[in-house]
Amino acid sequence: MKHHKYIGHPVIRIDGREKVSGAAVFADDIDFGANLLYVEVVTSSQAHALIKSIDTSAAESIEGVVKIFTGKDFPYKFGLYMKDRYIFAQEKVRFYGEQVAAVVARTPQAAKQAARLVNVEYEPLPVLTDQMQALDEACTLIHPDLGDYEHVPWFFPRANTNIAHWRKIRKGDLDGGFAQADYILEDTYNVPRYAHCAIETHVAIGKYDHSGRLTVWSSSQSPHTQRNLFAEALAPLGLTHKDVRVITPHVGGGFGGKAGVTMEIIPAALATKLRGYAVKLRWTREQEFTNTYQRLGVIAKLRMGVTQDGVITALDHKIYWDAGAYVEYGANVVNAVGLSAIGPYRIPNVSIDSVCVYTNLPPGGPYRGFGYSEMLFGLESHIDCIADHLGIDPVQFRRKNAINEGDTTAYGAKMNPNGLIEAIDKVTAAIEWDKPLRSSDPSKVLGKGFALFWKAPAMPPNASSSAFLKFNEDASINLIISGMDIGQGYQTVMAQIAAEVLSIPPAKIRVETPDTDRNPYEWQTVASHITWSCGNAVKNAALDARDQIFSLITRVFNLPADTLYLEDEAVKCESDERFHLPLRDCVINGIMTGDGTFKGGPIIGRGMFMPEFTSTKGNPETGQGGHPNVHYTVGAGAIILEIDRETGKMRVLKAAEAVDAGCALNPDLIKGQITGGLLQGLATVLYEDMRFDEK
Amino acid sequence: MKQVTFTLNDEIRSCLVKPNETLLDILRDRLGVKSPKCGCDHGDCGSCAVLLNGKSVRSCLIFAIECEGMEIHTLEGISKDKLTTLQEAFIAFNSFQCGYCAPGVIVTATELLANNPHPTLEEIKEALSGNLCRCTGYTPIFDAIMAVTWKENK
Repeated sequence: MKHHKYIGHPVIRIDGREKVSGAAVFADDIDFGANLLYVEVVTSSQAHALIKSIDTSAAESIEGVVKIFTGKDFPYKFGLYMKDRYIFAQEKVRFYGEQVAAVVARTPQAAKQAARLVNVEYEPLPVLTDQMQALDEACTLIHPDLGDYEHVPWFFPRANTNIAHWRKIRKGDLDGGFAQADYILEDTYNVPRYAHCAIETHVAIGKYDHSGRLTVWSSSQSPHTQRNLFAEALAPLGLTHKDVRVITPHVGGGFGGKAGVTMEIIPAALATKLRGYAVKLRWTREQEFTNTYQRLGVIAKLRMGVTQDGVITALDHKIYWDAGAYVEYGANVVNAVGLSAIGPYRIPNVSIDSVCVYTNLPPGGPYRGFGYSEMLFGLESHIDCIADHLGIDPVQFRRKNAINEGDTTAYGAKMNPNGLIEAIDKVTAAIEWDKPLRSSDPSKVLGKGFALFWKAPAMPPNASSSAFLKFNEDASINLIISGMDIGQGYQTVMAQIAAEVLSIPPAKIRVETPDTDRNPYEWQTVASHITWSCGNAVKNAALDARDQIFSLITRVFNLPADTLYLEDEAVKCESDERFHLPLRDCVINGIMTGDGTFKGGPIIGRGMFMPEFTSTKGNPETGQGGHPNVHYTVGAGAIILEIDRETGKMRVLKAAEAVDAGCALNPDLIKGQITGGLLQGLATVLYEDMRFDEK
Repeated sequence: MKQVTFTLNDEIRSCLVKPNETLLDILRDRLGVKSPKCGCDHGDCGSCAVLLNGKSVRSCLIFAIECEGMEIHTLEGISKDKLTTLQEAFIAFNSFQCGYCAPGVIVTATELLANNPHPTLEEIKEALSGNLCRCTGYTPIFDAIMAVTWKENK
């Protein structure tokens, strides 16, 4: 392997000084001057109801109120993969906390006070909080017009039901597979909803200036996707993509919760009716729990057949998702997991039904892991029970059935190269799987648990990244890209990639947060894909810049481009050791030739990347064909758990995890992701869930 | 409205405040000091921590009107000219990810080290129990503080 100077090294974060000094600017930190208005949203007190009337008269009389808006002012739909959401509730509300009206006022206090005085009269409708109940054919329809909704071609909604999407996989001969089995286990697993709980709540500020240009500053993982959705939703007002600008400063945690568009559409839309004002909306901590994406609830029914010696012969996996009142993003979680509900195992005969069900709960959406943890909870628990029944060591069982490179996935594509077996080996060793455990305290019991995982996020097949790279006089670089550093260290790693190609230290590379007017296109910072996708775009931009430099040297010094290389911020030549041209002497001002004229000029690289091998064109009835995932990330994890016999209190004494992350571009940063993710996972298992009453 | 005068990051500042305005809002919206962040507005997350007469408080729970004559330090004041050893350690140990909780965490840890230069891990955990971080899992934060302690011990 080639020796790398920056790639693979624990380079110090380039955003460190900003973040530890308090200088880092988040959306809520931006000042907008005297023309700033504050929004307070009037939210639904009902989970499912018709809106009979909205009386704003009392609220209007509060001093400082500028204007009050309701659904009548914005009869527009929006959505990422399916247009099923409204800027404000129209004739009915579908979850507790849904936006019904908004008060815009000169102070937050006036907005709050007035919002309390908006009187909304509801006529309650039957409330569906349980996905199994919502599947009942005789029950209330949450979206009676579902059949008319626009959606991406890989979704299969069923009109006149509450089923927004049904991902089906049929592979091999299921009945035959069960017939070969010596043992069949059937069970049901439930996983509740969870909230992301980023420490920064959602914030967005919209400003529609007198020239008709809309700028939105938002705390978001998806500036370009937001621009696209704002432009689409507000097209009836005459807005086009050129007129919409999204600026996303530092983000105080995302975990999927700030992907796509949720509350940001509100200030964006309100601003269009309040020319010249900046219109700000900041969600309260409470609203974070009622009106942003949540992790979907799951009921999984598993039936798995195995031979006596522990080979999986068949899997029937039915997953029913409580996807909430709007599924414009959440339905893709259902899709991704439906494609992958075999887990990282080689299973010849498979049936998967991943069913996205509308309920009267807040919209489900992306949450770290994109549905995989919920699915894996059932699958891995099921495998433990089966191994126990067969008397086979659960790690041995997993090792035996682990998917290998070249095995077929559930949808028929070949499994990518992976280090699953190596991960199993490493975790087995780290947790000392074979060493028996006994607590020295008789009131406590100790146990070990082991699980495998995989993830591939089923992005649109044309999700792309692009990059601009411009040199400055001293050969420092501005790398202009549109991914978001939501904490993972993306800016640093992108700088490392450009640094490696161009021999400029990462500390001399500045990466700023995006502005859709100035930074090139990026689909979204989601799907654990940004290092790979944007990283390739950055590499291509750096190569483009390098080629421009080499071509200039060839032109001026007549040295063949294939003998040139970059080292220590200078151009050097393999065939002429004496040749040494510092980059700072050519990347802006060009090179002076004998007659005093200059050749060259500012070097600006561009690069883009799109995974051209992916396709969502699978058979809707079987899922076979197509290549909906770019690749699967695999790994293994284990814990030692102590349980108090009397109180049931649990303590995790040790955790071991191995992830095949490919080449760890920055080992320290990826360790931060793995440990942070592991702890967030433990928190969801041990401490967190979301509970709802019938309202 | 009442005129309140206090020392903010070693400078005397005055402003007219309403009785229900919090110190956090005044610092951020009226005095332009943005390092204290609003995460919960209920005193749960610690992102708004500032030092009030040397003691860390959640500025979202303090009314500005109570601060007459007090000494307030925010992260801006703690590292006026250069980063402190603790801040440098936060960079070295990747003790932040998104960075939103970092100002509150560093303010609280600064108070701890001022009162107890060599805290044990348990004392560090206790001191930071009111600061939430959703990204790091806390270990890198404890590591950075321990490293500073260790450095000064040497």
